[in-house]
Amino acid sequence: MAEFTLPKNSKISGKGMKHAAPADAKRVKKFEVYRYDPDKGENPRYDTFEVDLDNCGPMVLDALIKMKGEQDSSLTFRRSCREGICGSCSMNIDGKNGLACTTAIEDVKGTVRITPLPHMEVIKDLVPDFTHFYAQYSSIKPWLQTVTPPPSGKERLQSPADREKLDGLYECILCACCSTSCPSYWWNSDKFLGPAILLQAYRWLADSRDEMTGDRLDELEDPFRLYRCHTIMNCANACPKGLSPAKAIAEIKKMEAERIV
Amino acid sequence: MGSGTELGRVRGLGSAKEGAHHWWLQRVTAGANLFLMLWLMVSVARLPGYDYAGVRSWLSSGWAAVPMALLVVSVFYHFRLGLQVLIEDYLHGEQRVAALLLLNFFVVALGATALFAIVKVALGAA
Repeated sequence: MAEFTLPKNSKISGKGMKHAAPADAKRVKKFEVYRYDPDKGENPRYDTFEVDLDNCGPMVLDALIKMKGEQDSSLTFRRSCREGICGSCSMNIDGKNGLACTTAIEDVKGTVRITPLPHMEVIKDLVPDFTHFYAQYSSIKPWLQTVTPPPSGKERLQSPADREKLDGLYECILCACCSTSCPSYWWNSDKFLGPAILLQAYRWLADSRDEMTGDRLDELEDPFRLYRCHTIMNCANACPKGLSPAKAIAEIKKMEAERIV
Repeated sequence: MGSGTELGRVRGLGSAKEGAHHWWLQRVTAGANLFLMLWLMVSVARLPGYDYAGVRSWLSSGWAAVPMALLVVSVFYHFRLGLQVLIEDYLHGEQRVAALLLLNFFVVALGATALFAIVKVALGAA
């Protein structure tokens, strides 16, 4: 059966620590942050951090960096570019998957609850294990595949119109916000590729220079790899880059249907 | 089977190379259901009366029995395709196989009974 409750060792229990804001802070915002330390053998807990907004950058990532720098250096999360292009700081903020660096603190009313991406194995605190996700990405062979040898001394050409077909696809940063918001991915991620990887797969199906379209469609045509998508649309709702994996998946299904009808 | 590596596990037994027919037929039967259901509702609404003999004589005509049989086939097939997806979503391993078998037996048995009833009324003595 699909699991509707957390496994015993994943249930949130135990009293979290509280880190108070400085006494003279005027604009204080509360953050509840998911904490899990694999070395302690304890269940996960929520720690409360009070952050002085007058002394903090505007984004959730700014607050996390401040908490780590000033309140608890053991707080663990991924971050890099702080401008929504690396996809490292994907997490669940106030119940919605997104990037901490592009989510403004002021857009969240009340206490800001931060947890790791849903239904992923947690390595530590806000860091989930992406090994399986990356293996799935690798399985769709995300590179240009051709039979025609490359033209000597120059690049493979593509018309501006053909290049435009990749818009809305190439921007994906593989942050996994979409895949981990998808119930189909929660229940069957062992086989279902999920919205992020399927969008990437369509990025190569839509490329006018790629000549392995048939092989790619063969590999995707599977009740689990592709057809677990039931157009729930959480993916399009979650994508911090404003892309629509659901639309890309619909295009793949249309291409699969075109082969048989 | 390369189950010793993550990529090996993802590649697994490979693609089943099916699913497109299922996807297409689910949509075709959905369209057919729409038209055949409309036909049924309009036809039943236009019957002069709903006594046993009247309805029986309506269903014994080829113009009613054939679309009725088509409706049964389309609805039951659509039902099977849809529930198959539900089972595949939520059940795993042996439970999945058992539930899919049960679903097939249930649909075929019920569909055959419905078709038999229609044929009996259509071809039986008035």
